[in-house]
Amino acid sequence: MTPEQAARSARMLLTGVIGSDTHIVGNRVLSLALEKAGYRVASLGALTPAREFIEGAIETAADAILVSSLYGQGELDCRGFRDLCVEAGIDEILLYVGGNLVVGKQPWPDVERRFLDMGFDRAFPPGTRPEDVIAALDRDFAARAAGARIALP
Amino acid sequence: MTNSGSLALLIDFGSTFTKLRAVDLDAGRIVGSSQGPSTVTSDVTLGLKAALDDLARKLGGLPCFRHRLASSSAAGGLRMVTVGLVKDLTAEAARRAALGAGAKLVGTFAYRLTRSDIEAILGLRPDILLLCGGTDGGNAEVILQNATMLSASELACPIVLAGNRTAVEEAEDRFAATGKEVRVADNVMPELNLLNIDPARSAIRHVFMERIVHAKGIDRAAAMFDAVLMPTPAAVLEGARLLARGTAKRPGLGDLIVVDVGGATTDVHSICTGAPARPDILLHGLPEPFAKRTVEGDLGMRHNAAAIAEVATLSAIAATAGLSEPRVTALLRALAADVERVPATLEEAMLDQALASAAIGLAVRRHAGTVETVYTATGPRVMQRGKDLSGVTTLIGTGGPLVHAADPLPILKAALSDPAEPQSLRPAQPRILIDRGYVLYAVGLLAEREPEVAMALATSHLHSIARSFTGGSSTAA
Ligand code: B12
Repeated sequence: MTPEQAARSARMLLTGVIGSDTHIVGNRVLSLALEKAGYRVASLGALTPAREFIEGAIETAADAILVSSLYGQGELDCRGFRDLCVEAGIDEILLYVGGNLVVGKQPWPDVERRFLDMGFDRAFPPGTRPEDVIAALDRDFAARAAGARIALP
Repeated sequence: MTNSGSLALLIDFGSTFTKLRAVDLDAGRIVGSSQGPSTVTSDVTLGLKAALDDLARKLGGLPCFRHRLASSSAAGGLRMVTVGLVKDLTAEAARRAALGAGAKLVGTFAYRLTRSDIEAILGLRPDILLLCGGTDGGNAEVILQNATMLSASELACPIVLAGNRTAVEEAEDRFAATGKEVRVADNVMPELNLLNIDPARSAIRHVFMERIVHAKGIDRAAAMFDAVLMPTPAAVLEGARLLARGTAKRPGLGDLIVVDVGGATTDVHSICTGAPARPDILLHGLPEPFAKRTVEGDLGMRHNAAAIAEVATLSAIAATAGLSEPRVTALLRALAADVERVPATLEEAMLDQALASAAIGLAVRRHAGTVETVYTATGPRVMQRGKDLSGVTTLIGTGGPLVHAADPLPILKAALSDPAEPQSLRPAQPRILIDRGYVLYAVGLLAEREPEVAMALATSHLHSIARSFTGGSSTAA
């Protein structure tokens, strides 16, 4: 195990596809890649209500939740997600969202802004590769260890 | 009659009666039954002696038994409190483990225990407390805090610890530091949404055998039996499990459910995976135990007859019983005042049947899974929660109202699926058996030591009352 992997193995990530969304492939690909990189991963699979992400994060003491939304209704499904975390006492948890977050072609900075306003720490555009996700996680966890909320660009 | 060692004695220390069944191990049949009053709270030996004397009269003397095994639901049953973290996750897993162990669940708690929770737990006087919380490597903080709170309390009962394995040793130390008795079992939920309740169940059973039997004074009669193996509801569940799965020599009956209507509760046991009937159905929620027991504390024929009428509606009960609503109200009032009452008139018998049928309908409806259609963008998908019992091939009824009914079939019909309610996954066309001789507990007690005899016993004493019976229509096959 590299020191990098050892650091990752202390982190628990919870993944899943939110709402009535059945697109499971990206979640599988991403979860496997994260696990291979050394992270501990629990996946909730497709069709997962927001509440179950929160409950699962509590039991597993997850360090981050990675929400996928592909079918275009992410904005509706993810509304109030951070508030739910705050309510459940896991307000500090790192929150990522990715996939095909909105319907059609909308300018990414607008979309990103809307999800950050919902309380996600990062939102990822369509076509994000697992390597990019791992790099972001590594940097954010390092930043957290140093007392920041997330790593600065 | 003293044919040395070819008989087994199966004892059930019940809440009101101590029941005995003498079983011929070669023939796999009951050769004698008797009962005496349950005197567990005073001196258990008195009631057991009375029952044994009765049996001796029937058998013409008491033989030397090869096994003398007992179950007990006496002295309030095995009173348990469960504590978990998230209500739908480890708290639910803990609840299922306790029910599967045959416990009488008197309280369930989730998240961090507060001081008033601790007060409440002490007031519930549990025999065993099951403490869970966290997946392995997951949340450790809450189970540790709960362990600290409980260890500092006046709680005197043994504790079974079955939570996050990285926190369990520390929790154990905290209990040990204040002299509490602890037994550790594997986590009821080692990974998110993975249910693992058998180790906790067997730990509970061990504590029951080693400690509770003594605490309840049942071991005062220890010279008269070999062992009290488990709480009676666990024996019924074990009996049902053996019957479903079969033995090395005999095939089992396959997927089955047992419905037990009692004075205080209605219990439902299902032995099946309950997996979705079609591959395109999406299963949602915590996985279900293969052997699952649910207990409906609000559906007792005597202790809460009025509650049954309330849930099922007075008008429905009156209609089924063929009585007027004011008459039903009057009879219910009389029942509440006299919980030991056995129906004496035709009216009372009709009311009992209507209550039993309502209790069974509600209890099986709560036990069975449900399906709902979710509309996704690709069109509708069917989502299942809980166990699909529609393919269950055997339904076994037991308990006073069924055993004493002239015709139990219309009562048991309430357990079956109804075309008007397709979302409830109740049995569709099971064959229906009645446990008239109350043998299932005996089957469960013998299951481990003499599985072949136990299987023979079940098959020879369960009466078939309908081959295949469809819900929603009133004609029996
Ligand atoms: C296969 C597929 C399906 C299959 C899904 C099978 C299954 N059970 O998985 C089926 C046919 C069922 C389907 C149905 C639908 N689909 Co479709 N589907 C696709 C398709 C072709 C591929 C998806 C895929 O598997 N990609 C491969 C994986 C590996 O990539 P990925 O999902 O993008 O995930 C990667 C990254 O995005 C990222 N990632 C994913 N999640 C997260 C989360 C975080 C936090 C991060 C950091 C990163 C991240 O990591 C992954 C690995 O690299 C896409 C088009 C496309 N090429 O993307 C459309 C697409 C997703 N579908 C689409 C639509 C519209 C639908 C339907 C609504 C169609 C309809 N009208 O019926 C339904 C919705 C069903 C439902 N309720 O969910 C649209 C969505 C448009 C939008 N968002 O605006 C797409 C984009 C096609 C399009 N261009 O119109 N679909």
